[in-house]
This record gives sequence, structure tokens and C-alpha cells, in this order.
Amino acid sequence: MAKATRVAFGEALARLGATHENVVVVDGDLSCSTNTRKFSEQFPARFIQLGIAEGNMVGVAAGLAMTGKIPFVSSFACFLAGRFEQIRMSVGYNNANVRLVGTHAGVGTGEDGYSQMGLEDVALMRSLPNMVVLQPADAVEAERATEFLADYVGPAYLRLSRQALPDIFDSDYSFEFGKGIRLREGRDLVLVASGGVVANCLEAAELLAANGVEAGVVNIHTIKPLDEQLLREVASNSSRVLTVEDHGVIGGLGSAVVEALSEMPDVVVRRHGVLGYGESGTQVDLYARHMLDSAGIAEAARRFLTPDVEAVATG
Amino acid sequence: MVVLSTAELSGLAQELRADSLKMIATAVSGHPGGSLSAAEILATLYFKELAFRAQEPSWPGRDRFILSKGHAVPVLYAALCRAGCIEEEELSTLRSIDSRLQGHPDHVRLPWIEAATGSLGQGLSVSVGMALGEKLDNENSYRTYCLMGDGEIQAGQVWEAAMSAGKFGLAKLTGIVDYNKVQLDGRVSNIMDLEPLADKWEAFGWHVVDVDGNDIDSLLAAYDSARANDEKPTVIIAQTIKGKGVSFMEDTHAWHGKAPNENELEQALLELGVGAAQDN
Ligand SMILES: Cc1ncc(C[n+]2csc(CCOP(=O)(O)OP(=O)(O)O)c2C)c(N)n1
Repeated sequence: MAKATRVAFGEALARLGATHENVVVVDGDLSCSTNTRKFSEQFPARFIQLGIAEGNMVGVAAGLAMTGKIPFVSSFACFLAGRFEQIRMSVGYNNANVRLVGTHAGVGTGEDGYSQMGLEDVALMRSLPNMVVLQPADAVEAERATEFLADYVGPAYLRLSRQALPDIFDSDYSFEFGKGIRLREGRDLVLVASGGVVANCLEAAELLAANGVEAGVVNIHTIKPLDEQLLREVASNSSRVLTVEDHGVIGGLGSAVVEALSEMPDVVVRRHGVLGYGESGTQVDLYARHMLDSAGIAEAARRFLTPDVEAVATG
Repeated sequence: MVVLSTAELSGLAQELRADSLKMIATAVSGHPGGSLSAAEILATLYFKELAFRAQEPSWPGRDRFILSKGHAVPVLYAALCRAGCIEEEELSTLRSIDSRLQGHPDHVRLPWIEAATGSLGQGLSVSVGMALGEKLDNENSYRTYCLMGDGEIQAGQVWEAAMSAGKFGLAKLTGIVDYNKVQLDGRVSNIMDLEPLADKWEAFGWHVVDVDGNDIDSLLAAYDSARANDEKPTVIIAQTIKGKGVSFMEDTHAWHGKAPNENELEQALLELGVGAAQDN
């Protein structure tokens, strides 16, 4: 059943409250949206409501972590990224055991428009040496990633969708930190994707197969540390890699993959993501506009494989 | 501009409410509560207080209005429409792809928007910059107004801006706090209480006026009081009701960010008394 990863996170978090007494939640007037509401009702003493003051939230979470608590700080991805200076200093540089949870990833956020869309968050979080970056592709993966984070030690960023995502994994799925997952094999190119667009990549691969193009699909739930070994393997098989993400095309998964494969001489990587600032629209309209629905991804793959089609401009 | 009576401004505020709700219902998303609480503020600003030219959005002498609580933008679009800046047909495009009427104010797409907002806490700083710019401008003279939410002013940046406005004695800057007592998750007093609010602004060097923000004459008197003070920036603490004018939306966070369905819209328009028959 389709479910937003932010919803699956909220459910997992409430369960973790019972098993992990050091888990605390720090929120800034968004518990109804980030889904920490459930935790707040079940564990009111461990729910710290700080109001619309995200800079303060990040610092408070760092302090809590330094006393042995395990803080989950939840807000929209863009508002956390907006407090990057506090994150780099109080969380990163202190190596504080804080989990930053950013919901409303990318243009999938929809009608609210650019001001509420996380489009630079992966780029920023990834730049901090000790920050790990996770992005689940469906509800089951989100649940497992949340459970993983309750026991992980060190700064971490979890990126979640506003919109419901179709199921990809069964309930017996086990989360392996730092490991990419091959969802489909294909010799012509490989789609390397993360988060809400992974399911669309699988559909795009079907569309491509109908036209005789064999596209592999790799799910990257751990953007950092990146599974470079797997990427090198799949890249050497098909030599063309199309990264797909609902994030600005600068600095996100695509850039991470390019960095990882930069020394493979015969591999061509093209980054497919959001160009320019996001805008208002339904999630469906925006995914069509940014070519992040299955048809758009298939089209991007076709352009990639057809040398005379102009490269999609980046930036 | 024709001078409107108190009753006319009151009626206009009701129409801004109705327009806001119709837009939000058509978009099937948006923020009714904070749009409705601010209707009298927008009506008095756009139809009495602000100097602007509907057809010349970049007129250098215009007063600046920054909607720092950007999620309430439907009520601003409604005011811009009634003021002759945008066409009525455009209202129904709110939040749809390619619309100039973005879900939060967009300065680049829509020229009457003075600054992009939607990430709360930033508008007062931009307003301080505009007020400082006016001080340095030998050719133009204008006032700057900034509308903030009560939840919004929990943000530290607001107080950094407040301190700087106090330091520079920005007498032509007027802040307005839409003190509707409710934010997204619940009541402001539970989430992060603001009191004693007037004392806080005073301590930062502001002239404070505390008024009924859903009352036309009180707001007009507050603007006069701001104009009369030529030493300090003024903040109008506007005591309002979230969701004002629609019984089931009043004083609750349930309608902070939820669109009314067809029946709820009909009921709301009935209560507002501005005729359910007319549409966008
Ligand atoms: C920096 C930031 N954090 C969080 C949000 C999400 N958000 C949108 S509206 C809102 C509540 C605003 O409450 P208030 O300022 O009281 O506005 P009003 O009641 O007038 O609608 C929140 C938390 C945001 N837009 N910006």
C-alpha cells in the first residue's frame, strides 16, 4: 500500500520510543507534518517542542546528544538545510550523535512551491565529513532506516518524502547500511536512483524494455557513504549511468556518483534531477515537468543513449 | 484613491476572506486560518494605508508591504485582485503549474510581491533593508510594512532584525504581528509562549501599539500612531482570531493548512455573507 516515507518514519519512531529510552524528539511546530506527533503523544516527556526556531533546535539537539540522549530533529528538509551553519558547527564538528530528519524532499512536495521544497539538502549534508545521508525509497525501507538510526552513533541525515510512494520491498526487507541494491539488471544503461523516484525508475525500465532497451536499476538508500564498489561493478557492465533524483542536479546523488566513478575512463555518467528552482503544482504535474515520472525518466534515458540528442542543460 | 468608510472596509475584508477560501478550495491546498485572521489588516493596508500604483508595480515611491508569513498569500492575492493589480480569472490558478500565484509569495514571477517569503522568520530583515534603503534614497520617500505570524516570531532572526531596526531608529518601518494565538501544531502559548510580547518589542527599541486586529478603526488608528512617531519603528500587535469569520475554522490549528471541501466552502461563504453563488 502506498505510503509517504515521512509517515512510515513517524510510526517507526513511536515504536522505537518504547525500546530506546534515550531516544528524544526535537521538533519545531511541524509535528503534524513530519509525523512525530505520534511519538509526542506516547512519550510527552521526551518530546521537546521548540517552536518555529530551527537554528535553536539544531543546537539544542547537539546539547542533548552530548548528555547521552539520542535526538531525532525533525523539520522540512529545506529548513534544516537552511540551518547549515549550526549543523556544521554544533553537530558536525562536535561529532554530536544527532539524527536530522528532513521531510518534504524535492518537487514531490507539490503545491506549496519552492519555499517548502528540499532541493539543496543532500548537497549540503553530504559535504560534512562525518555526516551520513540516507534516503529510503518506500515505506518499509523508511521504517528500517529509522530503526537503524536509533542504534547508529554519529551525525546522520534522513531524507523523506511528503508524497505517498508505492511499495517496492516486502516486510522481511533488511536494511544494510552503505549498500546499494540492484533492483534490475540491464546491459544498455543503469539508472542509479534514490528516494521517491526509484519506483518510477523501475517503471521507466519497463517502458524502455518494451522498446528494446535494457536498463538496470540500482537503489541507493545510503547516499553517504556511497556503495562505490557496486557502482563500479554496474558501470563496468553497462558503461552508461543515468542518476535520477528529486533534488537539485547540483551536488546531490548525481554528483556523488560522478565523484565515485570519475576515474573509470569508459564510463559516462549523466545526472538527471531538478533544474532551476522548484515551483508550485501538483506532484503529478511537477514530476511530468521535471521528467521525474516514469515516462520522463525513460525519455531522459533515450536521449542519453541517442548521441545526436542534445545533452540536457545542467545548472 | 476613493476613501472607503469603515463599513466598506469591513465588507471588503469579508470579501477577501471569501476569495481566499474559494482559491484554496479550488487549489485543494493552502492555508485558510492565517489568511482569514489577516483580512482586516490586508483590507486596511491596501485600501487605505499603502501608497501604490496598481499598474506600475515598480514605481519607486510606493510603500513596501512584505508578507513575512508567506503561507497567508491567498489573502494578499485577493487584495491585489480587488486593488486592480491582477485579474479575477487568475485567482483560480493558485498553486497550479505555471501560475504566477505560487503557493508562497514569488517576487520574480509576480511583480507586486516585494520579496519571496514562505520560510518563516526572514521578512523583517528584508524589511529593515528596505527601510534603510529608503533612508539613503534622496529621491523617494516611502514607508515599509511587514506582516508576521505570532508563531513566526519565535524565530531568532526576527529578533536580530528587531534589534537592528531599533538601532537605526527606522521610524518608517511598521511591523504587524498577526497575534491569532494559534500556529501549526497548536496554541502559541503551549508551543513557545511569546509573553510579555509588548515588553519584548519595547526592549528592542520599538514603539508598540496593541489593538484589535480584526477591527478596522483600531487598525487605522494604529497606522496613524505609527506615522506620528518619528523616532522609532512601530510594531502593531494585532489581536486577531485565527480562521476569523467562519465558525468551524475559528481559533483552531485544524484549519491551519487544510482546504475546505465543497460543502465546507459553501457553509463558510454562507457565514461570511458574501454570496456562495459567485465563483472565482
Ligand atoms: C522556517 C519555517 N519553519 C517552519 C515552517 C512551516 N510552517 C508553515 S506555517 C507554520 C505555522 C505558522 O504559524 P504562525 O506564524 O502563527 O502563522 P498563522 O497562525 O498566522 O498562520 C509553520 C510552522 C515554515 N514555513 N518556515
